[in-house]
Amino acid sequence: MIAPSIVLAVSAGYLLLLFAVAAFGDRRAAQGRSVIGNAWIFALSWAVYCSAWTYFGSVGRAAAGGIWFLPIYLGPMLAMLLAWIVLRKMVRIAQTYRITSIADFIASRYGKSPLLAAAVTLITVVGIVPYIALQLKAVSAGYDLLVHGVEQGPEAAQPWWRNGTFAVTLVLAAFTIVFGTRHLDSAERHEGMVAAIAFESVVKLGAFLAVGIFVTWGIFAGPADIWARAQVFPELQSLMRLGGGEGTAAFGHAQWFATTILAMFSVLLLPRQFQMMVVECVDEHHIRRAAWMFSGYLLLINLFVLPLAIGGMVHFGPGGGMDPETFVLSLPLAEGATVLALVAYIGGMSAATGMLIVETVAVSTMVCNDFVMPSLLRLRGFDARAGGDLTELLLNIRRAAIIAVLLLGYLYYRIAGDAYALVSIGLISFAAVAQFAPALLGGIYWRGGTAAGALAGLLGGFAVWAYTLMLPSMAKSGWLPAAFLDPGPFGIELLAPEALPGLTGLDNLTHSLFWSLLVNVSLYVGISLWRGPGAREASQALLFVDVFEQGDDAAEPAPIFWRGRARLEDLVDLSNRLLGPLRARQMFEDYAAETGVADVEAITADARLVDRVERQLAGAVGSASARVMVASVVQEEPLGIADVIEILDEASQLRVYARALEEKSLSLEAATAELRAANEALQSLDHMKDDFMSSVTHELRTPLTSIRALTELMLDTPDMEAEQREKFLRIVVSESERMSRLVNQVLDMAKMESGHAEWHNADVDMRALISDAVTITAEVFRERGAVAVADLPAQVPLIRADPDRLTQVMLNLLTNAAKFVPKETGRAEVILRVRADDLVVTVRDNGPGIPEAQRAAVFERFRQVGDAATRPHGTGLGLPISRRIVEHSGGEMWVEAAPGGGACFAFRLPLGPGEGEGHGHQGADCR
Amino acid sequence: MIRPDKGGGPDRGPLLALFGAALVLFNFPMLMVFDRDATVFGLPLLGVALFVIWAGLIGLLAWVSERPRRRRPRREKGQP
Repeated sequence: MIAPSIVLAVSAGYLLLLFAVAAFGDRRAAQGRSVIGNAWIFALSWAVYCSAWTYFGSVGRAAAGGIWFLPIYLGPMLAMLLAWIVLRKMVRIAQTYRITSIADFIASRYGKSPLLAAAVTLITVVGIVPYIALQLKAVSAGYDLLVHGVEQGPEAAQPWWRNGTFAVTLVLAAFTIVFGTRHLDSAERHEGMVAAIAFESVVKLGAFLAVGIFVTWGIFAGPADIWARAQVFPELQSLMRLGGGEGTAAFGHAQWFATTILAMFSVLLLPRQFQMMVVECVDEHHIRRAAWMFSGYLLLINLFVLPLAIGGMVHFGPGGGMDPETFVLSLPLAEGATVLALVAYIGGMSAATGMLIVETVAVSTMVCNDFVMPSLLRLRGFDARAGGDLTELLLNIRRAAIIAVLLLGYLYYRIAGDAYALVSIGLISFAAVAQFAPALLGGIYWRGGTAAGALAGLLGGFAVWAYTLMLPSMAKSGWLPAAFLDPGPFGIELLAPEALPGLTGLDNLTHSLFWSLLVNVSLYVGISLWRGPGAREASQALLFVDVFEQGDDAAEPAPIFWRGRARLEDLVDLSNRLLGPLRARQMFEDYAAETGVADVEAITADARLVDRVERQLAGAVGSASARVMVASVVQEEPLGIADVIEILDEASQLRVYARALEEKSLSLEAATAELRAANEALQSLDHMKDDFMSSVTHELRTPLTSIRALTELMLDTPDMEAEQREKFLRIVVSESERMSRLVNQVLDMAKMESGHAEWHNADVDMRALISDAVTITAEVFRERGAVAVADLPAQVPLIRADPDRLTQVMLNLLTNAAKFVPKETGRAEVILRVRADDLVVTVRDNGPGIPEAQRAAVFERFRQVGDAATRPHGTGLGLPISRRIVEHSGGEMWVEAAPGGGACFAFRLPLGPGEGEGHGHQGADCR
Repeated sequence: MIRPDKGGGPDRGPLLALFGAALVLFNFPMLMVFDRDATVFGLPLLGVALFVIWAGLIGLLAWVSERPRRRRPRREKGQP
């Protein structure tokens, strides 16, 4: 037993903590540093699936039916395997079209039908309010158990104002109002609430695991011990068999399958699940990770259900007076672990409050957008054209709806109390929301569904559900005569609600699910096929089913199915009233920026703008109401199916045009780039030509100047000594030779560059060619007191090239070397090596070498590197010509540094014909 | 017209295959295989089997979801 004041204080403290977490989440969201923007928080928020019905009820179900508690959690596992495919599509659709509730989703898919939205809301409210009552009951029962201890049975009835449950209800209403309706958000996202729910999920999992570990290893000696001690009770043996605790020998596999499928739908379709998974989704890519994390969460929270159930029954004795649903609390209490019992109670409260908060937000959004607003719009005095800001009204409607839903749940709890109708409500609620499955899932994969079909299916399925599950549960609670169940209404056995038309052998849930979904699907498909979709249904079907093909790139806009005339002022007025002036202004400014219009006033009120406004309004008031309101301020042309096809054609043509335009501009860009490159090449060629001309003239002028000076001198001095004259004449001759050599080389170069040079290819033995060249240049070396040596292999394959040109290359390299080697100690080496595909010739000397920075420049025309004052004479064309010859023969020429600082020129020549690419520079004997 | 989704994510094929496997493993008659009075480490076989299958499926789902996506050759726009 724990003092009531402590329990109340801890509960109040926990709720305050919840407020703090939510406030923190909201504040961070306002700062733009969202705490919920990751897959972990997203997955934890999905765990709102585990309500008090899981927390307390699972153990109760396991105690009664053994392994049968599991299908409720295996179904979600199945759904999670397909989450990336199905859920992501739902999220993409909801976020594209600003859908904020499941009623809105279904209504929007079928042409934004207000009737359909109202039907879905009705089913939700009828199906969910008892479920809310169940959560309140769990909180209340837990409180009683803690305060009155395990010995005392159900407590005497207290007046309602003294019961803590009412206070909890009010606190939750306050929480939901504060964090669920703080402002009218067109995305209807509540970051603070999500943060709080994720926090609650951690609390309930932690508390449940703590109790599980305490019972398994604290009271017992591990799970095997529990099972071993359960052997004493024969009635517990059947719990771990499929036959189950009901003692039926045959496995009710239909029921197993039905429950699994039911749970699979519920995890997607329960209002709180839709709110958390679809509406609050920050980024659809989080689904990928959240799917398996959420599955893991479910596994963890179920791990200790069986040990708790069996352990509890072993501990208290089967049928020992304790309700198995309270084992989570009563086991720690009975062992005197009061703190743990308190923790377990907080865990149960977090399970209940989380469900209550999210379910209430979701249901109140539906009630406001799909019940109250359409009714208001129908009122005569309530014209959408009339002035006045509606945002506050909308928020107040939601607040009232939250209080109404919670109070309705409380009322149901007070009235129904311990009735069968409440205890079994979990699965009954699941069966109610399963009615959404055909319309919703069919709607996102099948284009043929119509509003009439969906409405008939929903109402038909709901009616069968009510007749086969809801009314029988009332009869079992004693609110209807028992004769209603057996033999049947008015004594007609064929109408017996749990055995329609005389079908027996199924449990009531499977029976109801089978008939309701059969009626639902048949009506949905049958009526949809009978009367095909209208224009609006067809266009919405297209937008939903092909949502992944409506690219988000501006080049391929989604088709907009709207025709008519609108005035900007009307749209601005409407937006101001429903979104508030601030957000409306923001929306129009964004739109202006997107369309490249300078000013909001300059926006054209075309179909795209109307579509944008309608989507934003849909976020605030639901798509059906938004449709009605927009339609009331613009002049629309009724859209026929032919128009839809025409708009689609236009859109696809636009798409084709856009694509063609894109391709054209791409090819234009490529052509421009080519032209620019060609132009640059031409310019550089032109530049080179200028350089060449100036270099050639410069090179010609130097000898010309000295010739002219000397000849003028000799002309002016007739009495010059013969010796002097002869010396001058020799210089003139040598300078003339230099000039003619230069002219020859220039001609040579020009011919080669223009491709007019004549090549006389023959089989060349490089070995002989090199030794000839060394012999020819031996004299030049000897003049400087230097030597040239050749290192040649014994045998070299013949190559195909012009021998005269190659000799020219060798002579050029050798005379270059001779010019630069130091006097007396000079030495040049020619090395020939044969490789697999080519020959490499290396000429290295022990001269000053070429600085690395200038190595590339030596092959440029007229570039004589080194200090102009000290370098020997040359034309500056020898190396460029040599390189060109080598390249023409299919090889390449390069320069490196020789060891000891000298220069090392090398070239390679391919052995076979057409050997352009070789082994690169490796293999040159520079080092 | 099938266009590859932008931004990657698991392929549909493995997910659908896992779903099919789960449907079979969690259902009649597969469950009958484990429905006997045997124990594993002192625990009833059926419960252990269900949790092990469940954990295995979660592991596979995590693996399929988290592994780096194979780069499929992207077809050029406009090609059939």
